[in-house]
Amino acid sequence: MKLKKILFIFFLYHFTLNNAYSLEPDIFVQSTVNRASLILSKNISKKEKINELKAIAKETVDIKGVGLYSLGSARKKLNDNEKILYSELFESYFLKSFSSRLAEYTNPEIEVKSKKVLNENYTIVNSLLIGTSERPEIKIDWRIYTKNPDNPLIRDLIIEGLSLARTQKEEFSSILNSNDGDINALFETLQKFSKN
Amino acid sequence: MFRKLIIIAVATFIFAFNANAGSDGEIILKKNKPNEIKDCFENLNRATFAFNQVIDGVIFKPVSSVYRVLPSPIKTGVSNSLDNLSNLVTIPNNVLQGELRKAGVNSGRFIINTTIGILGLIDVAQHLGLPEYEKEDFGQSLATMGVGPGCYLVLPVLGPSTVRDATASVVNFIGGDAWYNVTVNNDTQHFSDFDYYASKVTSGIDFRAKNFDSIENLEKNSLDFYASVKSLYLQDRQQKILNTNKIIETQDDSDWEEIETK
Repeated sequence: MKLKKILFIFFLYHFTLNNAYSLEPDIFVQSTVNRASLILSKNISKKEKINELKAIAKETVDIKGVGLYSLGSARKKLNDNEKILYSELFESYFLKSFSSRLAEYTNPEIEVKSKKVLNENYTIVNSLLIGTSERPEIKIDWRIYTKNPDNPLIRDLIIEGLSLARTQKEEFSSILNSNDGDINALFETLQKFSKN
Repeated sequence: MFRKLIIIAVATFIFAFNANAGSDGEIILKKNKPNEIKDCFENLNRATFAFNQVIDGVIFKPVSSVYRVLPSPIKTGVSNSLDNLSNLVTIPNNVLQGELRKAGVNSGRFIINTTIGILGLIDVAQHLGLPEYEKEDFGQSLATMGVGPGCYLVLPVLGPSTVRDATASVVNFIGGDAWYNVTVNNDTQHFSDFDYYASKVTSGIDFRAKNFDSIENLEKNSLDFYASVKSLYLQDRQQKILNTNKIIETQDDSDWEEIETK
């Protein structure tokens, strides 16, 4: 009887612990955009904004996953050293591109509207960037990787139905194609972008 | 004679691309997948793209940067008016695609907005419960009939297209666009050629102004701006052909399946 009780308490404790920090993808997205919005509305320099946005991106975006996806089938041909180098180069490129894109906006207002669970690994969160006098409202969907429910991660932004990850993948593919599939050409381009 | 030549060209094109009216959504989806569309004329396309960027920098960008700071009611009025005119191409294409209900609603919208809405400046129909549908064109109609896109094409000034869509747009000039018919094709005394071309240029400026920041941002942060524009255009086109806003229909989940990082 005592053993049963102990087992029950142990099970309950384990169950509670595992679910206590599970974060719903829509709440995760809303909290991420709120954090970004707060930074963008702060009275700090653009450089400081970019640095703070980079920190958020590192925490909330699956940069490694997006990098592998962007490489398409070429990822299968990389050796271990190239994989490590690519991972570093992609992260610098991604953080620079992502944060400088966002830093152009001042106080963007994003409302999370709904979500659709695709499978246990992915949920699409639907949101709306509220329009201003200079810009119409924009529908933004977020592909959230939920394999670890305690730590959901952003894998793609789909703006008015257009996937940024897919665009990036096709951009990388175009660079590889114009250089006879030479991965070093892509590395060089990524390096150049990050340094500029 | 010119009309005959064009009809023959369109017919040849349709047969060459093996039109199949019975194609289902899956085949249409597959045929219009952005990564399936070949860039057969890449060198020429890149040159035209560079030319278009110059035109954009000299004309469209400066004009749209002024246009975008105009008061909102003016921009909304212009945009509504252009949308209203585009119904004249959308309605016949609704019919061609078998969307008779949409053709009816769009016709109602056009009549109400042109009259009560003062030449389309005010979208009265929206308030009367007639929702705005997606624009349709002859390229989309051919796609729903099963015609594949052919190669990717960049047209001077007009921008990204495909062989199918560029060929289909010829239909606008042989009677498919009522606005072209009453302005350029026939001397109606009410409208002139200028009205048609002014509406097209304004439409380009309106589009550029609406997407001003996005285009600037994309250009600044792209590794290959040409490839980015091509990808975005083809994704957008695929969505329009399928008439869907549901991303899950156009985003292939299998692309992501192998990516395991956690």
